[in-house]
Amino acid sequence: MKSLNELQAIKEKMQDKVFAKSGIRVVVGMATCGIAAGARPVLAALVDGVAKAGIGERVSVKQTGCIGICQYEPVVEVHEPGKEKVTYVKMTAEKAQKVIEQHLVGGQIVEEYTIGAITNAGDAVKPTTLTGTRFFKKQCRVALRNCGLIDPENIDEYIATDGYFALAKVLREMTPEDVIKTMLDSGLRGRGGGGFPTGRKWSFARASVSDKKYVVCNADEGDPGAFMDRSVLEGDPNSVLEAMAIAGYAIGADEGWIYVRAEYPIAVKRLNIAIAQAREYGLLGKDIFGTGFNFDIHIRLGAGAFVCGEETALLTSIEGNRGEPRLRPPFPAVKGLWGKPTIVNNVETFANIAQIIMKGADWFAAMGTERSKGTKVFALGGKINNTGLVEIPMGTTLREIVEEIGGGVPNGKKFKAAQTGGPSGGCIPASLIDTPIDYDNLIKIGSMMGSGGLIVMDEDTCMVDLAKFFLEFIVDESCGKCAPCRIGTVRMLEILNKITSGNGEMEDLDRLEELANYVKNASLCGLGQTAPNPVLSTLRNFRDEYVAHIKEKRCPAGVCKNLLSYEIVADKCKKCHMCAKVCPAGAISGQVKEIHSIDKTKCIKCGACFDTCKFGAIIKK
Amino acid sequence: MKKKLTSVPFHDTPEKKAALEALIAEYKGTAGALMPILQNAQDIYGYLPVEVQKTIADGLDIPVSEVFGVATFYSQFMLNPKGEHPINICLGTACYVKGSGKLMEKMEELLGIEAGSLTPDLKFSLDATRCIGACGLAPVLTIGEDVYGRLEPSMLEGILAKYQ
Repeated sequence: MKSLNELQAIKEKMQDKVFAKSGIRVVVGMATCGIAAGARPVLAALVDGVAKAGIGERVSVKQTGCIGICQYEPVVEVHEPGKEKVTYVKMTAEKAQKVIEQHLVGGQIVEEYTIGAITNAGDAVKPTTLTGTRFFKKQCRVALRNCGLIDPENIDEYIATDGYFALAKVLREMTPEDVIKTMLDSGLRGRGGGGFPTGRKWSFARASVSDKKYVVCNADEGDPGAFMDRSVLEGDPNSVLEAMAIAGYAIGADEGWIYVRAEYPIAVKRLNIAIAQAREYGLLGKDIFGTGFNFDIHIRLGAGAFVCGEETALLTSIEGNRGEPRLRPPFPAVKGLWGKPTIVNNVETFANIAQIIMKGADWFAAMGTERSKGTKVFALGGKINNTGLVEIPMGTTLREIVEEIGGGVPNGKKFKAAQTGGPSGGCIPASLIDTPIDYDNLIKIGSMMGSGGLIVMDEDTCMVDLAKFFLEFIVDESCGKCAPCRIGTVRMLEILNKITSGNGEMEDLDRLEELANYVKNASLCGLGQTAPNPVLSTLRNFRDEYVAHIKEKRCPAGVCKNLLSYEIVADKCKKCHMCAKVCPAGAISGQVKEIHSIDKTKCIKCGACFDTCKFGAIIKK
Repeated sequence: MKKKLTSVPFHDTPEKKAALEALIAEYKGTAGALMPILQNAQDIYGYLPVEVQKTIADGLDIPVSEVFGVATFYSQFMLNPKGEHPINICLGTACYVKGSGKLMEKMEELLGIEAGSLTPDLKFSLDATRCIGACGLAPVLTIGEDVYGRLEPSMLEGILAKYQ
């Protein structure tokens, strides 16, 4: 492809199909989560059924990326000309058959399978479309614009949504300085967690003089609980390739590397397909659009090391070494991959770039707050009704996310806190639920944006246990290069274990805080510098829980095993003997038709009896 | 996490050896080749025995310590082979008091290997695991994806027979 006209011709040819302007378009969510929930047989049933029904002329069935409503997978959406799309959830091959007969052939929506009929999203009117739900209404899709719309394995469908037009515009009409100015004006900041202004990063790399420069995409999404980068790669891989080429033009690089986790095989497969198709079209390679600009992209797989999400460790890993971080400065923009100037941007950051070029910096800067522009994708999880991937403008409050989009906390429990930033972040207590979420506000309240995991917790979550969970993760993943992180985090974990096992002293809290500050200030890289955050933020916001563990030897949330005891409430016991049957320790005495009791000296606190009793006769405290 | 070297003798085949050599030849001279070579070598052999690491080091003309350093850094590189049917016996508290220690002894006797190793026919690997959250079924073991609970040592022979 050497001209804009050719690109335009593909766009026009494909637009009818992608936007269902004439025929009906049926899409099946086929990201990892959809496939795991059983989307493959649904897709097969739809393809076969449509062919058998003889409606293949006017109905096309396509796979697509993540639609965003994880708990309702497999998801099928029907787009009809001039109508609102219909969202079918929790689909099976049998249900697909009925949708074909009644909807695709008969023209009647199968209401009982639609999102409104099945979800408990708290909508007054039961919508048949995802866009009509409270879950979706406050969302604004920029990075995820094509996820759930296009077939990620067909570059033509990406082109239909203005794909590669931003690259054409940049190469034909803009100087590298113009591109960097657009990025600066847009206010885009790194979506991987740190929030460094993207335009500034690019301008540093532009200013570095070198015969060779690199553009690197950080797709080593390691935060347990975050999966927006995977969704972008699986749902819209071309958007990342296009943005990397734009970045290459801006900084003067002709080579790009994508470092992606090996745990994401579908993302890797779709990236490889996208790269091959882009090369075939001449959108990657030599002399792109006849402008003399060359750019090509390679993929490198990670091998399971959390620290490789840190940019210097990631570069060391691409170079084929143990993924240990390097001291900064020099920053990668000066001395990066193989010693050459390099920019490292995250997947979600790249996913915004083509849109900023097409729609302008002002459009992007109009969204968000004063210092955090645009949108952010969050992986909403934990104790919340609507789990899923949500993209919202910066500055949306936590209350809107939890109560409106998330549909509140299930089972009538109380919202206790939300955790952002994974093992590097902290928690936001219920008292700060009206905080507008942006980079600076999160830092101010002791957390951080991180890559966008947002875990909601209710009153049953023990905050000391949570801090311990993240610290265990860090201890496992610390690379061992610098002492504060390697030794300090282990020492901190020992103190937490002491507290949760009922042996803590009040002085431990001071030691914990002191140690946390040493690790934070003295560690070499981002992993160590942020590792104490979960501890520090729970200490700050939930100190009383730590104190209860230490002074009263009690876990208020009833989580820490060593501080728990199980008892049978005599007047609730129905004498069924089920608890005694499941007790692995033989700690429950009593025969059928007798009230049972637990021998605390034998009880190992496994909770098997508690889970088995149907009458609520066993309590833990 | 610390990685243990395997005690299983290294079995090479001419096909595997040729595949490894072709792999090294393909990547030799490419910058940063070690990671993809190790990933592909693990696909060929199922794990990364020291012998394979030595071949790679020789092929790339780098010290074997460098190869070993990378292989032990990343959690996906395995120095120990897994059997066709990996067996995990839960030694969590609940299972332990219900006699999973005796299950382990019996299993070691039946397979003729110790925990943490592999039968010579590569069929079964045996490991101890922490609580898998099935305390009500204690004692529990898993073979591949299958979970077996409320076990007695006498039941193990029958269970293994299903996988022979």
